[in-house]
Amino acid sequence: MIGVAYVQATIAIINANHYHLDMANNDITLASLKNGQSGTIRSIDATDPQVQRLMVLGLVEGTQVQQAGAALGGDPMEFRFFGSGISLRREQAMRFIMTRDSGD
Amino acid sequence: MTKAGPSETRVPLHEIPRRRQADASIAVVGSPNSGKSTLFNRLTGLRQRIGNYPGVTVERNVGLMKADGRTIELVDLPGTHGLSAHSYEEQIAVDVIFGRMAGTQPPDGILAVVDATNLYQGLFLVQQLIELERPIVVALTMVDAAAAGGLKIDLEKLSAHLGGIPICSVVATTGQGIAALRDAILALPGNTLPQPTMAWPELMAVATELASTAALPMRRAEIERLIIDGATGLNAHVLECLGADAAIRLVRYRDELFGLEPPLAREARVRYAWVRQVLGDVQEKMPVLLSWRTRVTQIFNQPIPGTLGLFLVMAIVFQAVFAWATPMMDLIDGATASLGGWVGGQLGDTAFSSLVADGVIAGVGSVIIFLPQILILFLFIILLEDSGYLARAAYLLDRAMRSVGLSGQSIIPMISSFACAVPGIMATRVIPNRRDRIATILAAPFMTCSARLPVYALLIAAFVPAQNVVFMNLQGLVLFGLYMFGIIMGVLTALLLRKTALRGPKPPFALMLPEFRRPNSRTVLMQLLGRARVFLRRAGTVIFAVAVVVWALAYFPRSADMDPSLTENEAAAAQLEQSWLGRAGHFVEPAFAPLGWDWRVSSAVIAGFPAREVVIAVLGTVYAVGDEADEATLSRRLKASTWPDGRPVFTLPMVIGLLIFYACCLQCAATLAVIRRETNSWRWPVFAWIYMTTIGYVGALLAFQLL
Repeated sequence: MIGVAYVQATIAIINANHYHLDMANNDITLASLKNGQSGTIRSIDATDPQVQRLMVLGLVEGTQVQQAGAALGGDPMEFRFFGSGISLRREQAMRFIMTRDSGD
Repeated sequence: MTKAGPSETRVPLHEIPRRRQADASIAVVGSPNSGKSTLFNRLTGLRQRIGNYPGVTVERNVGLMKADGRTIELVDLPGTHGLSAHSYEEQIAVDVIFGRMAGTQPPDGILAVVDATNLYQGLFLVQQLIELERPIVVALTMVDAAAAGGLKIDLEKLSAHLGGIPICSVVATTGQGIAALRDAILALPGNTLPQPTMAWPELMAVATELASTAALPMRRAEIERLIIDGATGLNAHVLECLGADAAIRLVRYRDELFGLEPPLAREARVRYAWVRQVLGDVQEKMPVLLSWRTRVTQIFNQPIPGTLGLFLVMAIVFQAVFAWATPMMDLIDGATASLGGWVGGQLGDTAFSSLVADGVIAGVGSVIIFLPQILILFLFIILLEDSGYLARAAYLLDRAMRSVGLSGQSIIPMISSFACAVPGIMATRVIPNRRDRIATILAAPFMTCSARLPVYALLIAAFVPAQNVVFMNLQGLVLFGLYMFGIIMGVLTALLLRKTALRGPKPPFALMLPEFRRPNSRTVLMQLLGRARVFLRRAGTVIFAVAVVVWALAYFPRSADMDPSLTENEAAAAQLEQSWLGRAGHFVEPAFAPLGWDWRVSSAVIAGFPAREVVIAVLGTVYAVGDEADEATLSRRLKASTWPDGRPVFTLPMVIGLLIFYACCLQCAATLAVIRRETNSWRWPVFAWIYMTTIGYVGALLAFQLL
């Protein structure tokens, strides 16, 4: 039990530290996807309870997301994933680090 | 707390069995827009009753399903994405599922409704529901849409992944697969309990360990929620049941399981990883569904077409409400007038004849005439909501709402309030934060509701010339202005509250956007009939009663010695003035004289406090005495009414003031009751009433004195 817990705590810390923008690697956030572009979520800064809520709705690491529209001024934005649509604000979208899908 | 001995079996209060009509109670659980309500209507037909949960008085939609001599009760719960509640509405669903809702039995089984085109989110919820260890059946809805999108789902494999629970694919709109689902539901109470999926063994191990030493028997799923969500006021009793020792261990386990990672984030990561694995196995392709609807959506999702589209939709709605209703309104108007005339002619000049013709027909008829307009308005609001457009309006307007301290989520209640503030206020339940929710609740009654419409329509038709200004009709323009006025007042109220009593952080915004879909005609029709019934019941009871009372107050006491030199109309007017109503009106007249209202208008306005459309009925009764009751006569009479010195009562400043008063004043007992219920306090309805009435009075005063 303790062993498992130790490994998990370590994973959690790694996860928490994993969140960073690697500019050299051409990383983008969800907020910077242009209309029609898609990407896959690579890491998430989950400290904001709003972001946790979005994760419960299915925006987790590995989810492929497509930008599908925006309101006047580009905020909030609309995204599609797995047959769902969701609208969220830029502020929260910035918390999702994406790997841009090839072909864009 | 010590463990209960064998001689003393302690059972939580809500588990003590009570007598009930149904053999079993099944909770219908699903995410919003999963087709849950359509399926519920399909399964239960018209055998539904809408009651309230005791204490919280949230509607409890219960339908009965009968077969083989057994009665199964289906409880339609508010939509929820998971068992971790985020809003008031989701909280209700979760409380019922766990059997925590006072006075409500824990369900004997679960009917999980999952949209086949959105298995990803659906399976997240199903996974949590399976861990409840209750009999469960999954209804896979919209399989036709999934098939059209080229999506194939292997039901056998899916069932195997879900611990062998029954899965029925249905199309609720056509009824396909309903019979099989009904059989599965009937068989449900006898089913073996589902085997929990092994998606998150670590959590389950900890929960099992805690459950084994709990002071009172606990469901593992409840302990799991406590571990993930932490101790809140809502699961305090779970902690209590676990006992003090377990509570200490719980803290340690949480720390070991999650470390620095937020537990909800971990839950999402673990469960969706499992869901993705299952999907890869049961779904032939992982589609990004791109139906024609999605393509249409995509045009209107772009900033500029989207915003233009929103204005176009609203313009069409308002245009339809006024243009389409006219022929039907003329028909009702003509029928009422000739009925009143015929009754008057048949019964002669007696008190009874006057009661029927002037009281009932003129009073109730002047309200019934607005039924077509109100139904058209409701039809559009229902269509906008069911087609998924309202969610889009919320997102397009989020930015504008943010500037007044609300979020796009407040848009849906506000648009609904154009039909009626009561459902509008109830629609605020999806707003997660209480402060944002109350600000929206207090802004909603300013939206021009369908009961204000008759008053506006009557006064505008009578006092605004039907001429064209540039290319717009002046009457339509004034009406549009009144709608805008209501919106501005509501928004200013919200802003004011957010800056003072309801100060707080910026409200968040995240909204699932359902795909555009054709609203189900059955569901639309059922909702529309329900609204018509409510309106007609009101007209038949409250308004009927008020019309009779007002008639009696205006008719009695009769004075025998009328000056014979007076003409018939002058005699009727003199009689009215010395009636009870006349005397009461004169009594309150000083309070309203600064607003330019005579005793007739004052008494009509006062009679309108329980329900604002009553005003029309009162004016109809007061002014129709001795004449046939159609709309044209009423407006002619209003124009002709004068002060004793011969000045007209209805001058332009006075009419503008009256309209402002109507736009602001909270003359609706039903709205007050629903504010009380939704805020769970008398403070807010009392505040709303005083605040709105004061604004209305001051507004009318300023208009009359300054214009």
